[in-house]
Order: sequence, then structure tokens, then C-alpha cells
Amino acid sequence: MIEVDNLTVRYGGVTSLDGMTLSFEKGTCGLIGPNGAGKTTFFNVLSGFVRPASGTVRAFGTDLLGLPHFRRARWGVRRTFQTEQAIEQLSVYDNVAMMASSLRGGARRADVLAAIEFAGIGASSYAPVGTLGAGQRRLVEVARAVAGQPRLILLDEPAAGLPDEETAHLAAVIKAIPGQTGALTILVDHDMSLVSAVCETTAVLDFGKLIAVGPTAAVLRDEHVMRAYLGTAEV
Amino acid sequence: MVQTTAAQKTAPAPARQGWAALRRRDTITRLSVITALLAFTLFGLPQILSQYYTDAMTQVAAYAIVALGLGMLVGRVGLYSLGQVAVLAIGAWAGARLLFATGQPFPVVLVEAGLITMLLGTLIGLPALRLRGLYFALITLMLSGAITVVLATVNFPNGGGGFTGYNGGSLHIPAIRRPSIAGGDVAYFRYAVVVAIIMFVLVYAHIKTRPGRAWAAIRQSEPAALAAGINITFYKIWAFALASFITGVAGGVLAGADRFLYSIDFHPQDSISLLAVVLMGGVYSMYGAVIAALLNSLLPAALQNWGVSQDWLTILFGIGVLQVLTTAPAGLVDQFPRDMKRLGGLIMRLVRRPAARAPAASAPPGTSGTSGTSGTSGASGAARGGKS
Repeated sequence: MIEVDNLTVRYGGVTSLDGMTLSFEKGTCGLIGPNGAGKTTFFNVLSGFVRPASGTVRAFGTDLLGLPHFRRARWGVRRTFQTEQAIEQLSVYDNVAMMASSLRGGARRADVLAAIEFAGIGASSYAPVGTLGAGQRRLVEVARAVAGQPRLILLDEPAAGLPDEETAHLAAVIKAIPGQTGALTILVDHDMSLVSAVCETTAVLDFGKLIAVGPTAAVLRDEHVMRAYLGTAEV
Repeated sequence: MVQTTAAQKTAPAPARQGWAALRRRDTITRLSVITALLAFTLFGLPQILSQYYTDAMTQVAAYAIVALGLGMLVGRVGLYSLGQVAVLAIGAWAGARLLFATGQPFPVVLVEAGLITMLLGTLIGLPALRLRGLYFALITLMLSGAITVVLATVNFPNGGGGFTGYNGGSLHIPAIRRPSIAGGDVAYFRYAVVVAIIMFVLVYAHIKTRPGRAWAAIRQSEPAALAAGINITFYKIWAFALASFITGVAGGVLAGADRFLYSIDFHPQDSISLLAVVLMGGVYSMYGAVIAALLNSLLPAALQNWGVSQDWLTILFGIGVLQVLTTAPAGLVDQFPRDMKRLGGLIMRLVRRPAARAPAASAPPGTSGTSGTSGTSGASGAARGGKS
């Protein structure tokens, strides 16, 4: 459960998020919108990289904006990035184990291995990430997001640049995240087939404003959304 | 969809076993090579080396620790410190002072010198840790200069009274004490090597566990580290503190090795050549620190012995750094085995098919294959280097 109220972010004269109000209940939710709509800015606010000009974010009863950024990961915020950020020097295991976790010792190890297993990376957990393919690296990031009892998982274009069959596997994994972890998952992606395959609820941002929210299929048919995306004139 | 997941899940099992076996065999080979090398260093080397080169190798042991600290800062965290020789001087000062003023056992003094250096080094480095790249390098260089000015003014303790312990008028200047079990030069060389081994193990233990993961994450991507809940400032301080600690211990070792310390031994420009040799040796591997120390301390001694001007060193290091930065960002430790393998492959091909000219035309794809892989590793290394 995440409740965003009147969230505004400005970079100098540019208003990136303009009084955004939104709430997601549970499961996997999509967040779509044209380039520059403010999707990544929204993620940056949630993970603490950007301080908003105004607004509040409550997630599962906690005031997220009140936590320093490294505390948010301990609280349970997870995110992946548009450009994949698996650490090349480290093995798959170490990449997942670097995630902050309240677990210790054997339980922690088991949790990390379970996350790797869950993502179905298809490589040894000892393998250095530098030797993996692009799709596998994305899955390493997903495994990292799933480890350490997450509560809010933010996936920023996880399928960017992946071939169809790898996207299909990724979609299956993302779809299973809420069942596996109980975390609320928010997916940003331009791939509409991925969003409609994975998300029950979808919200649409345009120029920092929320223009539609609801069941994914209905939202994707909405004429405001079509106009924002395709630039079609009044139908 | 279910089938894909099932297939993906069954695949890792045999692969994991293969990897585990490979890793085990790899670890055993590595351990035996390291043990053999260390045994040779401890027992073989002193037999064949003259007094002059034994002393030089003691310096190498001490500077290997310093290079390890700097290599860790550069390679793991991306902090290009140009003040390590000043940090070393603090360690040597603390060690020398404690050895003169107290009767504590030598190892205790080493640890204390390390701790004092860690404290001072971290305090000095604290404001600088907010900076990155060129600015961090500049700040540490300036601090290094400042420390050198202080050293040059008050001089190193030579057994006189007070904290500075300097007695300029004394004719009989006492030498810095050595451990009772290692009074002779050969014994002290072994002692220094053992201390270096302990420091390498200490750093290895850090690299293989949580701090190592955090440092690797910070170096490649600070956003990813932040998102993983890694407190970047804390882990940077930790890296700086660890590097300062081992450098301080090295300072203590150096104090015992030199017996007489002069501020001129710790010139700020040495920090720059130290960074050069560390880059040449290789910052991503711990062997790189040993190579760096050999370049830093053995090579000048050898040149002096052969009667070659030390000025060649500056030129050599300059060319060496250029070479490393353009063709082998992971340093000699990565480049040398790779080139040897390539050379070996080339010789094998020449030996196997000396006459056949036509199949030789199919050889170039093989060569381009190997150079291709090395090229990509070089490129990724360059990307890493560029990032930090």
C-alpha cells in the first residue's frame, strides 16, 4: 500500500512532477508515460535520490520521505535502474548479498540463494557477473530486489533491450514477485505487452501529472492515454 | 512460460557443481603457488641475496603493504590518494617515537603505530572523502605537502627527549630498536615479510566479505550502492581507515628497517611515483601490490647498483603508466600472463605447422579471437577506470 499525495519535484525551472497524487494497493502495478513524464523522477523520490519540493509519500504506514536514503533499503525499498547496474567485479551471489538485509548468518545466506533461485538466472551463483549476458544481468538485479524481505520494489525498464524470449521469462519472474515476497511492485516500462502481461493496475503519467489510473486493459484503451502516447488529435 | 522457468531452474544444478569443483581446484592451485612463493621468499631468497639486496627486499616488503593500501583505495573504492607517503611518514614517526620512548614489544608498537595512523589519517581524510577523482587527489597531495613541511621543520625523532624526540647536537644518535627475535638484517627481512603477509590476509578478509562487496558496488555505481542500502560515506571512511592502518604498520616496519629516519625519506613527490607504480602493478589484484613494491623499491636499488642514473626511473615510470592506462588498465599483473599466453600460442602454432602456409591463413581468426577477448576485457577495464 503506497499513498502519494500532491508530490511535486522541480529541477530549476523544470517541474518534473506536478502535484502527483496516486495510490497503489498491492500486487504488481504499472507506471507508464512518454519520455520525460516523470516516471524515473518518481522512483528517485521514493529511493531518496531526489528531494521533492512538496508532497508526502506513505508506504505501509511509514513516512518514506522522512528516512535517509540508505535506511530506505533497510526498510524494504528496492529498485533497479534503466541502465543495468549489476556489479561486474562481484559474483552473482555477492551481487545479491550486497543488498541490505535484517537477516543474519545462515538465514541471510539461504535468503540470498532463494532470491537467485527465484530469478532463474541460469548461471552458477559463483559466476562473476562480468561473464553474464544482458538478460542474465537484469535477472541478477531482480534477484537483488527480491532479497532481504522487500516491501516496495521499483523496476525501472527492466526489459529494455532484451530479446522477446528473455522478456517472457522476465515477465514470468516479475509477475511472481508479489506472491514470493508480498512486496508491492511498481513497473516502469515502454513495452506495453510486458506491462499488460504483468500488471493488474496501471497508472499513466504525462508531463508530471497523473492522467489515468485503473485496470491495465481499460487504461491502455483510454483516449487520453492514446493521445499522450501516440500524439493523435481529438478522435 | 512454466516450461521456460522449469528449464531455467534445472540448468543451474550441474553448472553449479562444475563451478564448485573448478573453484576448489582453482583454490588449491592458487594456495600451493602462494605457499611456494612465500616459502621461497622467506627461506630461499635470503640465501642467494647479498646484504644490499636483502635490505632492498625489506623495503619491498614494507612498500608492498603501502602499495596494497593505495591499490585498495584506487581499485576498490576509486579514491586516487596522492598522500600515502605522508600517511606512511606518520606511521614511521609514531612507530619510531614509541620504540624510543617505551619498552613495548615490537608487534605491539606496530599495531599502535597502525592505530595512531588510522586515527590521524582518517581525521585528515574525513573532509576529503566528500570529494572524488581529481579533487580528492589534489587535497591529499596538498595534505601530503603540509605534513612534509611539518616533518622538515621538526625532523624525525632520533632518540632525543619530548614528542619530537630530536636531538640535533648529539654525536651518538641511537638507532631505532628492532624486535629481539629479528635483530639481524636477514631476520628482519623475514619479520617484515611475515608482517606483510598478515596485512595482506587482513585486506583479503575485507575484500571477500561485506565491506568488499560494498566497495565494489561504490566503485562501479554509487546509485546502485545507495539503492542497496550501502552507507557510502561510512564504507569510504572504512576503506580509508583500513588503508591508513596498514600503511601505519608499514611505517613501523620501515622505522625498524632503516634504523635512522630522515624527513627527506618521505618526499611528497614519492606519493606520485607510488601511485604510478601501483597503477603499473595493477590495482585490481593483490599481486599487483607486490609488483608495485618491486618497481618502487627494488628497481631503484638495482639501478644504483648497476650505476645507472635514477633519472631513468622517472622516464620509465612515465612510459609505464601511459602504457598501462592505454593498453592494460588492470596493470602488469593482468597484462603479463595474457601476453605470455598469446606468445605461447603463437610459438605453438609456428612449431606445429611450420610448413603449411595455407592453414596459416586460418590462423588469424584464432589470433583475432584471443586479441578480441583481451580487447573487450581491456575495454571494460577502461570503462571501469573511466567510471571511477
